[in-house]
Amino acid sequence: MAEVQLQGVTKRFGDLTAVEGMDLTVADGEFVVLLGPTGAGKTTTLRLVAGLEKADEGSIHIGGQDVTGAPPTVRDVSFVFQQYSLYPHLTVYDNLAFPLRSPVRRVPEEQIRQRVTEIAEMLRIPGKLANKATQLSGGEMQRVAIGRALVRAPQIYLMDEPLSSLDAKLRAEMRVELKRIQKELGATLLYVTHDQIEAMTMANRIGVIDHGRLIQVGAPRTIYEEPDNVYVATRLGQPAINLIPRDLLPAGSLPAAAATIGARTEHIRIRKADTGSAQGRVQWIEHLGDQNHLHVTVGERKITTLVEPDSPLEVDDQVTLELINPLYFDSAGARVRA
Amino acid sequence: MSAASAHSVVESKPWTRHLAGGVVILYALITILPLVWILMTSFKTPPDSISYPPKVIFEPSLEGYVNLFTTRTRQTPEYMASLPPPENWVERLVRDRNMVIAGPSKFGERFLNSVIIGFGSTFLSVFLGTLAAYAFSRFKVPLKDDLMFFILSTRMMPPIAVAIPIFLMYRTLGLSDTHLGMILLYTAVNVSLAVWLLKGFIDEIPREYEEAALIDGYTRLQAFVKVVLPQAATGIAATAIFCLIFAWNEYAFALLLTSGTAQTAPPFIPTIIGEGGLDWPAVAAGATLFLIPIVVFTIVLRKHLLRGITFGAVRK
Ligand SMILES: Nc1ncnc2c1ncn2[C@@H]1O[C@H](COP(=O)(O)OP(=O)(O)OP(=O)(O)O)[C@@H](O)[C@H]1O
Ligand SMILES: [Mg+2]
Repeated sequence: MAEVQLQGVTKRFGDLTAVEGMDLTVADGEFVVLLGPTGAGKTTTLRLVAGLEKADEGSIHIGGQDVTGAPPTVRDVSFVFQQYSLYPHLTVYDNLAFPLRSPVRRVPEEQIRQRVTEIAEMLRIPGKLANKATQLSGGEMQRVAIGRALVRAPQIYLMDEPLSSLDAKLRAEMRVELKRIQKELGATLLYVTHDQIEAMTMANRIGVIDHGRLIQVGAPRTIYEEPDNVYVATRLGQPAINLIPRDLLPAGSLPAAAATIGARTEHIRIRKADTGSAQGRVQWIEHLGDQNHLHVTVGERKITTLVEPDSPLEVDDQVTLELINPLYFDSAGARVRA
Repeated sequence: MSAASAHSVVESKPWTRHLAGGVVILYALITILPLVWILMTSFKTPPDSISYPPKVIFEPSLEGYVNLFTTRTRQTPEYMASLPPPENWVERLVRDRNMVIAGPSKFGERFLNSVIIGFGSTFLSVFLGTLAAYAFSRFKVPLKDDLMFFILSTRMMPPIAVAIPIFLMYRTLGLSDTHLGMILLYTAVNVSLAVWLLKGFIDEIPREYEEAALIDGYTRLQAFVKVVLPQAATGIAATAIFCLIFAWNEYAFALLLTSGTAQTAPPFIPTIIGEGGLDWPAVAAGATLFLIPIVVFTIVLRKHLLRGITFGAVRK
């Protein structure tokens, strides 16, 4: 395992800049998650690290060695692709063994068998080893794909939305499992997703990326609690952060530059209104089981927040809302610290 | 939507299936009938083969096959009487017609020529076609589209249109009536088809497969052999069948450019003359034997062909 460093990396496809001036260091043994919407340049970033794309500008170092122009074969990374990572003409066993059988490694068959069995156990697919890769469910395929990466110990694991086609339950299990494996191996891992829960739960650090630019990098809590701008604030949090104009609700003393207030559930205190003091009205309640989403209208605005399932609030109730230490953003969207 | 909800979209109604089945059977009968006719003729005696009305029930004879593989001379009854008794059924069959066997015919050699030239040019076409198609599919080739069009354009006229220049060229180069010459010629004709067909198949193989192999430490050539080729097998098989069928059945160039050493079976078969005209059972026997390799080759590859023939449209 090794440190991976991107410095000012830019990649263009014709007129389109897929990745722009990317500076990112993944420390040895660190789990970094790139979080961003579709088309943000996440896959392209991974492909640049793997050497499948050549950077137009900037440099890439793996383990202190400049690999900017090196072909994939010598970079010693492993890659879980977003799709199509299993060879359909091979069995699951042969798929898992494929990286170990590479001519640059020459692992004895006996050792391969041992390693493949181990990985299959780890990913809970031991019964499927003899199947053709096409005779698997989507979730099993994705686990084999992860297994293909895990059979060897490269400088860095690159994973492109590896859990995206699993059902919710399996995804939750795999999140925990993958994190455990990564910790155990002390693996360096650069992981791409647009799922904020994956990012929050697995990452040592999250890099929020949009339109090819790295907007903010930091620990999950930092990204969540101290976003640098509106964009990062909207990427995390369920339900999404409420962005409201500064004078919509009383919020005590506001910083002068604040144009928008970002209010998450934990910033909002909501109460049934005493007569005459109401600011909003409960429009609609979504029951999610363990909690409720409360949709409140304040004038023309809608605010969504979480309440306990045993909350006494009902549809059409008049409510008052109070903001407690919300986030402030200026008119350009940058964070204004109180 | 009512039809789609009553029946699944994939499953058709019974009567359409019966209709489709009927059409297919009718078509099969129409195409198979001449083949059956040839097969039957090959087992008839020469008089039976030209009798009118045609005999559907007849006593089978191997005379056609014997005549195909031998040359015979007619002898006087006195000479025939002076011979010792025939050693085997072949000789007996020939003597019944007042003839003796003069030697083997050229059919065996011509057949072997067809095999060498047909399979040789098929192998070469598919080999070159696969490499070219891979390059066109995966690499930045300057003027790619123009080159692909140029390759296709070589098939825009019937190949026989260039027969005269090729005839002259081959004479000058000493390629006339050689195996190499015929293999090169058929390869030249087939390779454009092979490139186009195979490019379609290779385009459909996601690059990620090779990229995964590259990342895992394989060279591009190894990735090509271990990952691309197995997945292109269907396309390669389909292409090989098309190439073989063309080379195997080609008549005009073979007639023009070969006469001896490298003559293939198609121009040879019609030259089989019996007494008093064409020996139809022998011609039919030659045609029957000539069909066998193609049939076998197609059966061996039919698993691939069924999927390949759709040109990748429904491949998964
Ligand atoms: N080979 C290519 N040629 C041209 N444009 C490309 C190529 N690869 C990617 N792009 C473009 O670069 C941008 C970034 O693509 P990328 O695949 O990195 O997005 P992503 O963040 O992985 O998105 P997703 O979440 O949908 O996978 C997109 O606009 C995409 O269309
Ligand atoms: Mg992607």
